[in-house]
Amino acid sequence: MQTFDNTSSGAIVLSMAERIIENRAYLSEIDGKIGDGDHGVNMAKGFGMAAERLKGKDASLSQSLDTLGTVLMTEIGGSMGPLYGVMFTEFAETIEGVEKIDAATFGRMLHAGLSGIQSIGAAKVGDKTLLDTLVPGVEAFDKATADGKSFSDALDALVAAAEAGRDSTLNLVAKIGRASRLGERSLGVLDAGATSCAIILKELAQGAKAALANPS
Amino acid sequence: MQRFINDPDQVVEDTVKGFVKAHSDIVRLAENPRVVVARQAPVAGKVGVVTGGGSGHEPAFIGYTGRSMLDAVAVGELFSSPTAKSFHDAIRAADGGKGVVVLYGNYAGDNMNVKMATKLAAKDGIEVATVVANDDVCSAPASEREKRRGVAGEIFMWKVGGAKAATGASLEEVRAAAQKAIDRCRSIGVGLGPCTLPAVGHPNFRIEPGTMEVGIGHHGEPGVRVEPLKTAEEVARDMVKIVLDDHGLPEGTEVAVLVSGLGATPLNELYILNDTIESEISARGLKIRETWIGNYFTSLGMVGATLTVMALDDELKTLLDVETRCTILL
Repeated sequence: MQTFDNTSSGAIVLSMAERIIENRAYLSEIDGKIGDGDHGVNMAKGFGMAAERLKGKDASLSQSLDTLGTVLMTEIGGSMGPLYGVMFTEFAETIEGVEKIDAATFGRMLHAGLSGIQSIGAAKVGDKTLLDTLVPGVEAFDKATADGKSFSDALDALVAAAEAGRDSTLNLVAKIGRASRLGERSLGVLDAGATSCAIILKELAQGAKAALANPS
Repeated sequence: MQRFINDPDQVVEDTVKGFVKAHSDIVRLAENPRVVVARQAPVAGKVGVVTGGGSGHEPAFIGYTGRSMLDAVAVGELFSSPTAKSFHDAIRAADGGKGVVVLYGNYAGDNMNVKMATKLAAKDGIEVATVVANDDVCSAPASEREKRRGVAGEIFMWKVGGAKAATGASLEEVRAAAQKAIDRCRSIGVGLGPCTLPAVGHPNFRIEPGTMEVGIGHHGEPGVRVEPLKTAEEVARDMVKIVLDDHGLPEGTEVAVLVSGLGATPLNELYILNDTIESEISARGLKIRETWIGNYFTSLGMVGATLTVMALDDELKTLLDVETRCTILL
């Protein structure tokens, strides 16, 4: 059975932060088309603060996710602070104390993050939010593992479905949040939260895959 | 546009620092630098009154901190909800042992962060009640009023809630008065030019020269309708029509009127609008008891104005007359 090591995988969160910071201008630009254009700025600020706290600490994946979630929740605010804050702290709690993370644990972690988001937000799939990325991603991971695929294949399925979900927001009318005030005018633009969520999931999945391939 | 800023990422910090220096006779900073507190707060035996919201709307939200007004205000990034922690710290700073009411606007982030802060406050043993402002007529149809966002009507809500709390009323009485105030408010915004977040550096949307956005939001959310720019008289008539058609007030109702600039519209243009606003409201048989006009609730450097009409009753009139001391004269 494929597993990866919790203790030595904290760097996944650092590379996630790097990707978010790289995409600061892009995320703000797409947010600006139908929102207020600060998504990249706030995300980069939060992920950057978390990375600063984690650098050189050699923290485990669960500790790193907890630091990231706590920073987002207590320092960032907006909508994304609490939403991603809850997701990452739920991720962290699920894998805390787990030495070797297998596909079943990883799946439980994804579901805990999703439930956390759904407990504070009111969005559904199709509302043009980050859930349009997260929900199909989680479902694809579930299906792949249920079909007996390997952990690494399930991670690939997660990324592919998450990115397809992100792209689906192009043709959705926003139903919630600031962009929902625009009605039909929100068509033809990617949702910024769905886009950042795809970046996060891809980095998480690729990091996990790399750790599976190179067990420490 | 040229600006007075130091570091685009420090705009909120620098704003709050300058604000507190200017008004140290009325406000102070909490331990959390994202919470502004009235000097006298918490007042033992008085319901605490709290709000919070994104920055860039000055004098809202911090400017309404003071005696018989807000006890504490949570400060967010520009156009972005304060953290749950800041709302929680504001609730704690306002708590005089009689409960705390949080009077805030209907935005996804604020809803989530207030919800989380309320849970945290419950763990401290603080009873929290909330009122969510939803006075912006164009943000959703009347049948979906719960989806409407809160705009300048929040100022009337704070004034009424703050004044009610100052009378020694209970948490439920303060909540009910503030709820009544916002239930009786309707607002509309018209934008003539967009605004820019300094860290983003360019406007988030365009308003083509010669056009205007009717129903524009407080964060540069584009309006629900784009039209050719008309004369002030025609715009004011349209604003009054949209607000009062939604309101449906019986003739003879006394109202309070609030005309606010959105940041980059000169005061004289607000008076030009008000010339027609006053005539149009009076022509519908309503009695204007008072008019507040100025930059009460802005959106960075947006060009435009909002109109809010609150229908009064005896309680609201009494509460509007309570003397208030905050950085904005009321």
